[in-house]
Amino acid sequence: METPAPSHSPAPESRTDFISIRNFNFSYGQKQALFDITLDIPERQVTAFIGPSGCGKSTLLRNLNRMNDLIEGISHSGDIFVNGHSIYDPHIEVISLRKRVGMVFQKSNPFPKSIYENVVYPLRVAGQNRKSVLDETVERSLRGAALWEEAKDRLHESALGLSGGQMQRLCIARAIANRPEILLMDEPCSALDPIATVKIEELIRELKQEFTIVIVTHNMQQATRCSDLTAFFYLGKLVEYDQTQRIFSNPAQKQTEDYITGRFG
Amino acid sequence: MAAGARDKLDLTRTHAAVGEPFVWLTAMGLSLGLLMVAGLLGIIVSNGVPVFWPDRVYDLHLKPGVKNPVAAGADSITGEIVQRREKRIPVLGPDGAKIADQTEVQVFVGNKDAYGSAFAFVNNADVASITEPPGIYRLERLEYGIAFGYPVSITLPGGQSLPAGSPEFSKTLDRLAAESEKQRLEIEEIEKHEIGRLNARIKDLRAKGRGSAESLAAIAALDAEYQILAAKARELRTAKAASALVYKTPTGVERTLPIGDLVSYSLPNQLGFFERAALCARNVWNFLALDPREANTEGGIFPAIFGTFVMTLLMSIAVVPFGVVAAIYLREYARQGLAVRSVRIAVNNLAGVPSIVFGVFGLGFFVYFVGGSLDQLLFSDYLPTPTFGTGGILWASATLALMTVPVVIVATEEALAAVPRGMREGSLSCGASKWQTIQRIILPASIPGILTGLILAMARGAGEVAPLMLVGVVKLAPSLPLDTEFPFVHLERKFMHLGFHIYDLGFQSPDSEAAKPMVFATTLLLILLVVVLNLAAILIREKLRKKYATGAF
Repeated sequence: METPAPSHSPAPESRTDFISIRNFNFSYGQKQALFDITLDIPERQVTAFIGPSGCGKSTLLRNLNRMNDLIEGISHSGDIFVNGHSIYDPHIEVISLRKRVGMVFQKSNPFPKSIYENVVYPLRVAGQNRKSVLDETVERSLRGAALWEEAKDRLHESALGLSGGQMQRLCIARAIANRPEILLMDEPCSALDPIATVKIEELIRELKQEFTIVIVTHNMQQATRCSDLTAFFYLGKLVEYDQTQRIFSNPAQKQTEDYITGRFG
Repeated sequence: MAAGARDKLDLTRTHAAVGEPFVWLTAMGLSLGLLMVAGLLGIIVSNGVPVFWPDRVYDLHLKPGVKNPVAAGADSITGEIVQRREKRIPVLGPDGAKIADQTEVQVFVGNKDAYGSAFAFVNNADVASITEPPGIYRLERLEYGIAFGYPVSITLPGGQSLPAGSPEFSKTLDRLAAESEKQRLEIEEIEKHEIGRLNARIKDLRAKGRGSAESLAAIAALDAEYQILAAKARELRTAKAASALVYKTPTGVERTLPIGDLVSYSLPNQLGFFERAALCARNVWNFLALDPREANTEGGIFPAIFGTFVMTLLMSIAVVPFGVVAAIYLREYARQGLAVRSVRIAVNNLAGVPSIVFGVFGLGFFVYFVGGSLDQLLFSDYLPTPTFGTGGILWASATLALMTVPVVIVATEEALAAVPRGMREGSLSCGASKWQTIQRIILPASIPGILTGLILAMARGAGEVAPLMLVGVVKLAPSLPLDTEFPFVHLERKFMHLGFHIYDLGFQSPDSEAAKPMVFATTLLLILLVVVLNLAAILIREKLRKKYATGAF
């Protein structure tokens, strides 16, 4: 792998760059959404994408597991590497990529099945049907998503009976069930009340022991509270990428400062 | 300044401005529709339900000098009053002027064998008085329909006779009727099933044996068996005819009715309310469970109910997988573009093609082409007698499935499109393939919508008549498409259908007056059947909707 440009690699300590985005351009039809993004995301850290609406942060996140493939008329140039392998390599099956990259969405989207079946869904589609494995996964994932105590007595009830915050944690449990390496979170708390948000943020801080987390957020406080690194996007371009602390205390760019102090956005 | 501006606001609202006339217009449209539906159902229910309620029998005494339409010379008409109606041709008095009472009475007089017609009309003005004869019997017969009359005696098998006045009379009549009912079932068993089975085997041997010595020997053996059975049936028939009921018609003619031909009897003027209700329930049951008699105007309609049910079931089995698979490809896999849009328009147009066109297509494609080819391949021994190369329940179901497939496709497509995008993305992000996502997430969530399509398809299919007339419906089917004879399911058989039954009774019957009550009763039943099918499907759908609710989105 080539050495990343210094401005895009904020790692002063020796970290392994896990996701490398190189000169990435992306368009929806005629409309270009991302311009020449180059960015390195280190392993087992929380990286936050911030920026005003329409700045391309979600688009970039959704490219990391190729979720944008569902949309017709998209095109891209440049490349994205996960652990040194291009995710656009025609030999890589997109399904195997998504097995390594879990995702949590803005709106919680539990399936209309039981809590148990929701959590084991990634295993079931991977062909794992052994009950002992599934039971073990359910407990591990629900504990990992801090939902075990609340859900252990109602595992076989419908997931749709949970509260909003519980549903989102269930989606996190589902995303980590098959032990992915990366966890993408697209504004995971935007539809939740403050108490549920605090729980999810605590969870994010715990999950980074095990997963590389990329989180898109509109909430600046959230970015400062739970991320190690922050990337600021504006109009499809990466403006600044650095340690979260530095971005919020001493940003290098005027645009970043204007945004985090609330002068626009 | 601000207050002044407010004062100038025009606060009077005109009716036109708030859209009042349009509210009235839309309400009128709805009321008109409801009125028509209620009227239609009202006519069907008010005509269909009283069919089963036992009527009273009256003597209509005519004024002297009036010509009796039933039997010349008799001074009264006996029967059930069907209706009173205004005459079209003016009734003139003796002086040639129009008289005040212009109505006529339609009387169901029965005794078709004696009178020639089961109905009589008499001018209301010619009726002197109406009385209820208390002891009159209403005899339901296997042939010639209902007879009204007074019993005279029973001729017992030994030849002696038991007069009507004797205390054992009604007991003996009941006993003989029960015996003859048993004999009738036995004869039916022999003639329909055992002889039918023999005939099928003989037909098989004739076709496949091609005149070889052993096949001829086998046929001869079966023929001997047949002779024995036929003799047994003949014997039973003679036994059945051994006892007879002698009765006198209201006009005084004495007639003899073999007890074997007596289906049931009642004394309509001596029944209490509960007896009447019980008789009504029995009439309903007979209507639902018996085979038709007398060119379908008597007896029940069981084969038509069964045929409709089996055909609708087969149609559903054929149409659902086909329609759902097509919709999945259209919505989930096909690239949305001009081609898919054209296909979608074509599918929608298919739903508007007149059903008789589907009938013609079914006849040409399913019956002659597919059925003919099947006959050539599998049943060539029986040719030129067709097996599948003629109308049958399979081809009728297939034709209706083809006709209703657009309904299922459209409903399924809508259901698939209604599954929230978040669920698809959630599934795909878990590493599921597109097919796994469809199979495990999207299809279960769309089942309520798919069922809605099936409901519509079933309602349309069950009520359809025109295409069926070309591909396998008959006036009277000798056997049901499902029975106890190997291979139990006979998809090549012709069948009866409620919709066609209504048409046949109402417009093809030799005695349309006699068929009228059956037409209404059958119509009522068909509507009930469609309502029951719909209700069942709606219940299932609601249950599934709760199970697969996507309410979190």
